[in-house]
Amino acid sequence: MVKPRDNEAEQALEAEDIALEAFIHALKLRHGYDFSEYSRASLKRRAQELARKLGVERVGDLIPSTLYEPALVREIVSHLSVPVSSLFRDPEVFQAMRSEVLPMLASWPRINIWLAGCAYGEEVYSLAIMLAEAGLTPRSQIYATDFNDYALERAAEGIFNRQNLPEYRSNYLASGGPGRLSDYYHARYNLIRMRRELLEKVVFAHHNLVTDGVFAEAQLIMCRNVLIYFTQPLKDRVLTLFADSLVRGGFLVLGNKEALSTTSPVADRFELVSAHERIYRLKRDRA
Amino acid sequence: MSDADYAALVIGGSAGSLEVVCRLLEGLEAPTRLAIVICLHTASRDLDDLCAVLGRHTELPVVEAEDGTAVEANRVHLAAGGYHLLVERSATFALCAGPRIQYARPSIDVLFESMADTYRRYLVGILLSGANADGAAGLRAIHRLGGLTIVQTPETASAPDMPRAALKLFEPDRQNSPSQLLDAVRVISRLAR
Repeated sequence: MVKPRDNEAEQALEAEDIALEAFIHALKLRHGYDFSEYSRASLKRRAQELARKLGVERVGDLIPSTLYEPALVREIVSHLSVPVSSLFRDPEVFQAMRSEVLPMLASWPRINIWLAGCAYGEEVYSLAIMLAEAGLTPRSQIYATDFNDYALERAAEGIFNRQNLPEYRSNYLASGGPGRLSDYYHARYNLIRMRRELLEKVVFAHHNLVTDGVFAEAQLIMCRNVLIYFTQPLKDRVLTLFADSLVRGGFLVLGNKEALSTTSPVADRFELVSAHERIYRLKRDRA
Repeated sequence: MSDADYAALVIGGSAGSLEVVCRLLEGLEAPTRLAIVICLHTASRDLDDLCAVLGRHTELPVVEAEDGTAVEANRVHLAAGGYHLLVERSATFALCAGPRIQYARPSIDVLFESMADTYRRYLVGILLSGANADGAAGLRAIHRLGGLTIVQTPETASAPDMPRAALKLFEPDRQNSPSQLLDAVRVISRLAR
């Protein structure tokens, strides 16, 4: 039943696979960005999209730009990351944080929050709004990090498309927001700009989860829809980094489809707070 | 498994495809060495209900395709809503939270293309009813790498756009009505026993 082997098609695939590895290697050696432990299937798609965007045919054609056009590295790195979010995305997670996490955070005199992989900043502003509504802003400090410098700049600007407002608004309400979302932004033309006061306790910083170490001693780490792009060994390493960065009793919030699997080396250091919302807590005493 | 056997069957569908998917599942002969993966645009984030509905039509376990888990034989894996689903060369699932592609997330193209790369000649792709053009490019990718490609005959689809888009792009191996599709699934799963 299976058709005979088509060597031409398979060789084209093999060449494209090698080109992807060579491109990853060039990016790492030339610019220090290491994608070697990213899941290949979606990385290949993003590299192919990048090739189209830069007007070249194949992934292998990206290598000369990577090597000889340093000005392009920002764009290349930006395209290889996946910065898609929404204000209060997955509102049930923010609702669970309002009820399960914030009251516990309130027991610390200082609250350090590390938002790892902040992309365009939607979660930074969502979190800042929640902290303000819980009266915790004066004691809080949010460290929002990403390895994508373009995304960090966008996040600091806090400008989003106005056409997303209905979604943002319904997310905010579903998260249990007690006020009006419109109190937190200015609308102009087809854009909204988040109020600057929300950034009062926010520091944006470049940090690469692949290559950099412990960033801060945190009471809460949020890292949603980042681990899905990593291979298992890198997932495990980053989870260890998070466990090492949290104070005892500190919280970890992952993406809806990211689990702290029982095979993870740090699985026994965490306890589950909410399975559906993927909220975990570092145990108080180490076993 | 002999060299003549398919290793995986992937089915993509959108509007009007759920009923056909249920019928096709009834054609699966268990146990089979075939791994089955299904991507429906209509799937929600929480798949428990859909797994239960589809589970009534097959002896095989129907489970959510979770990030990092293996694509397993004798199992039906479902793509959850809100994420793209891909298969790595190690035959494990990976998720992507990237933007919608052709208004769809999960995108059938994304799943089909990644499975084409992984399974090549040992993949069967079936594209069902739907009111958009997703899946056509993915099915062509399966075709190019030697897999077997089948589209639902547009005339038998309640939303014919998706099969039509594929037919416009290339010539698949077969165009089948739902009952022919059922026979095909029966034969393919039996051969992979």
